[in-house]
Amino acid sequence: MAEVAMTVNGAPVSAEVEGRTLLVEFLREGLGLTGTHVGCDTSQCGACVVQVNGMAVKSCTMFACEAEGAAVTTIEGMAGPDGTLGPIQAAFQEHHGLQCGFCTPGMVMSAASLLADVPKPSEAQVRTYLEGNLCRCTGYQNIVRAVMAASGQAVEERSQ
Amino acid sequence: MGRAKTITRRSLLIGSFAVAGGVAFGGYKLAQTPENPLAVKDGVAITPWVKITKDGITLITPHVDFGQGAYHMQALLIAEELDLELGQFTVDPGLPSAAYWNTAVADENVPFQIDDDGWIAEGARLGLQGIFKLAGLQVTGGSSSVPDSFEKLRRAGATARETFKAVASERTGVPVAKLHTRSGSVILPDGTGLPYTDLAADAADIEPVQVDDLRAPSDWTLLGKNTERLDILPKSTGTLSYGIDVQLPGMLHASLRVNPRRTGVRRIKLRGAKEMRGVERVVHVTGGVAVVARNTWYAIEAARAIEFVFEPATYPAEQREHWAEVKASFTRDRRDRTWRHDGDVETALKKGDVIEQGCQAGYVAHAPLEPLSAVVLVQGDRAEVWAGHQLPQFAQRAVAKIAGIPTDHVTFHNQYSGGSFGHRFDLGFIERAAEVARQMPGTPIKLTYSREEDFAQDNPRQIGASRARGVVRDGRIEALDLKIATTSSTQSLVRRLGFPFVTPDPQIVHGASSMPYAIPHLRVTGYKVPELAPSTYWRSVGAVSAGFFAEVAIDELIHAAGADPMQERLRMIEDPASRRVLEALAEMSDWADGGAAHPAPNQGRGVAIVNSFGVPTAQVIEVTHTQAGIRIDRVFVACEVGTIIDPVNFENNVQGGVIWGLGHAMNCEITFSDGAAMQQNYYDAEGMRMHQAPEIIVRGLESGGKVRGIGEPPTPPAAPALSNAIFAATGQRVRELPMYHHVDFI
Repeated sequence: MAEVAMTVNGAPVSAEVEGRTLLVEFLREGLGLTGTHVGCDTSQCGACVVQVNGMAVKSCTMFACEAEGAAVTTIEGMAGPDGTLGPIQAAFQEHHGLQCGFCTPGMVMSAASLLADVPKPSEAQVRTYLEGNLCRCTGYQNIVRAVMAASGQAVEERSQ
Repeated sequence: MGRAKTITRRSLLIGSFAVAGGVAFGGYKLAQTPENPLAVKDGVAITPWVKITKDGITLITPHVDFGQGAYHMQALLIAEELDLELGQFTVDPGLPSAAYWNTAVADENVPFQIDDDGWIAEGARLGLQGIFKLAGLQVTGGSSSVPDSFEKLRRAGATARETFKAVASERTGVPVAKLHTRSGSVILPDGTGLPYTDLAADAADIEPVQVDDLRAPSDWTLLGKNTERLDILPKSTGTLSYGIDVQLPGMLHASLRVNPRRTGVRRIKLRGAKEMRGVERVVHVTGGVAVVARNTWYAIEAARAIEFVFEPATYPAEQREHWAEVKASFTRDRRDRTWRHDGDVETALKKGDVIEQGCQAGYVAHAPLEPLSAVVLVQGDRAEVWAGHQLPQFAQRAVAKIAGIPTDHVTFHNQYSGGSFGHRFDLGFIERAAEVARQMPGTPIKLTYSREEDFAQDNPRQIGASRARGVVRDGRIEALDLKIATTSSTQSLVRRLGFPFVTPDPQIVHGASSMPYAIPHLRVTGYKVPELAPSTYWRSVGAVSAGFFAEVAIDELIHAAGADPMQERLRMIEDPASRRVLEALAEMSDWADGGAAHPAPNQGRGVAIVNSFGVPTAQVIEVTHTQAGIRIDRVFVACEVGTIIDPVNFENNVQGGVIWGLGHAMNCEITFSDGAAMQQNYYDAEGMRMHQAPEIIVRGLESGGKVRGIGEPPTPPAAPALSNAIFAATGQRVRELPMYHHVDFI
């Protein structure tokens, strides 16, 4: 067992964990932050993406101990303290960027990393950057639209 | 009720109409309405769908939501007539009850095609609806949520509205005719509002007011408009709790290792799994063991450490044997039914040069993004279950049987699911969780499947092949004899649920026998392949294979006739709804008059139209043949339903159905070796990723006629339209699903 301390969504946390505890397990079962999802355990699907020091990380591929001292942000940390949605979340809502929503937290967290690096991405850049996030329900189109809108770029109207 | 119900239960065939021994129900039984399951303190339950207390309004939405938007759609229907605004109520799937029997799913389960509205077919549907009502069968699936809910939930809302008006009238002395309702209140002539929540206690004392007339679509304020789905906010903030997120005090976590060949275990070597950190117990379950631990990862790790020698499968061990069985099924013995015969096919085939072709479509897993999970607590002679399921009463019954307690001692809480696509029709995950919980009474057990176990235990979609023989003459298709042989996923599932299945399965040819064309000599015959690997409904069921077989064969014959794929389909089409759809599609995709926009030499476009679940759906797909492989550029979709309830969700379902169809057509299959599925995770069966996904342009037509669901119909035309587009771009016919065996995709 080892003591691990990190900041999660702005709040300091520390706990005794076993060395092999995965970051996602620490977040979900240790801290009860179940917004971070597990879809495959093998970094195929991206449902578990969180940010560690601003970098998008698949939290099923990282040990909790490796996040020692880091600032971790999960989907729960993307809205303001008063519940105001972050710009990407608001865009997912506005553009209906989900169906079952199981992939959504990972999509939002990956998109946040993209927009931090590339504030005005092209549609092709969005699609390439998010290819590690699998969605089984939607046509992807509204997810792309949401990310484009969140970056402050105009998106075309829906076809219906 | 006793006797009729017993007989019915025993002989009910969900997937077929025939009822062994006859059913002793008369008008009296059928007219009887099941009891309202809602018990409300300090308030009122008006119909089984509206529950109001002084503290708030709850709408019961019994069709479970696994991403298709069922909760929102059901709530909209009630709220439209009850004059509620979004945000004024909560939704709850309620507990399983006969009151929520599905009135619509019978449509696709009689041995007639869904578009057959002849009197025998309609009579059969009525008969089956009676049986569904008697059995009180609650089902989410078969694109039936909208058809089942459209009328009855609006009526529930209207009944509640008029009841509150009657209460307000009694309280104030104002005649009902001078009252109206708005935003959750009854409004008096002077503008004063009496909130429903204030009227609820009094409403419990009067008989609900029955309502005959529902509002005209022109008066709708919620239906037919773009609304923001109720679950989008909690889903985009990570606060929505899915089945896999359920947490209970004292809960332990279980992971499975179960024979992927669906038989028993010869030997188990625990290899220290019991002593691994965090492990509490290792218990036997059907086909293997479950490790129970303090958290899911401890359980999964320990389960992986265990060594097994499993019993062999009872079905063929190797994939090539499955295919051999499929290909040996075009025989008189295995002929299930000839579902359509126009003209005289035999004679027509003798008179011309016969063109022959055949296609095949393999097994595919469901693999929704949320792995299967269930929480079960067994305590004394009671049990409680938290899981997402499409047949909640069957789940309840399965737990009762394992726990050895009466069914009504099992409380089943249906959960939000991260996708299903048919996966949550099967009961295995509920049964295994119950087997563990029974052995650890008093402790809530959460069983979570690893992705690998989810693939290994998945009962995939049916496997099948087609044989087509056709004749063309004077630039037209003269004759087509289409034979389709598949396993029956309906039969497989229905038998696992404990019922016999004896009738022909219309799903084997669903989407093929309903082809909208007037071909002078046309015959479509289904052949039932004996069960191989167990299979389950998979989004669009039989139509995903039969639609592919039919529309690739048609395309090949049109090519042989030297005609244009769009113009010839338009010429042949006789079903009026299908014609409207295809004309809309031709216009959208600029393919109306031979095509103004001629594709470049390395580009191609393909068209397909499939009528499944009563919804004609047509697609044009444009592809480019690049050096790196086929790129799918754009998809145009047109379809026709009776009424579009929620346009933005409608479009999302259509786009999702197209991607579902394309992604699996490209690269997904389950193949068996040594009796087990060879594919273990998304790297083996990836579906479509964002960088591969085309732009999808959707047009939904509203006929104003019979209301239909849109969950499944967008899937079947995707694969044949893609195959036909690849042919146009490359000259290569792809006659197999998945297609990656023959072409590369970007």
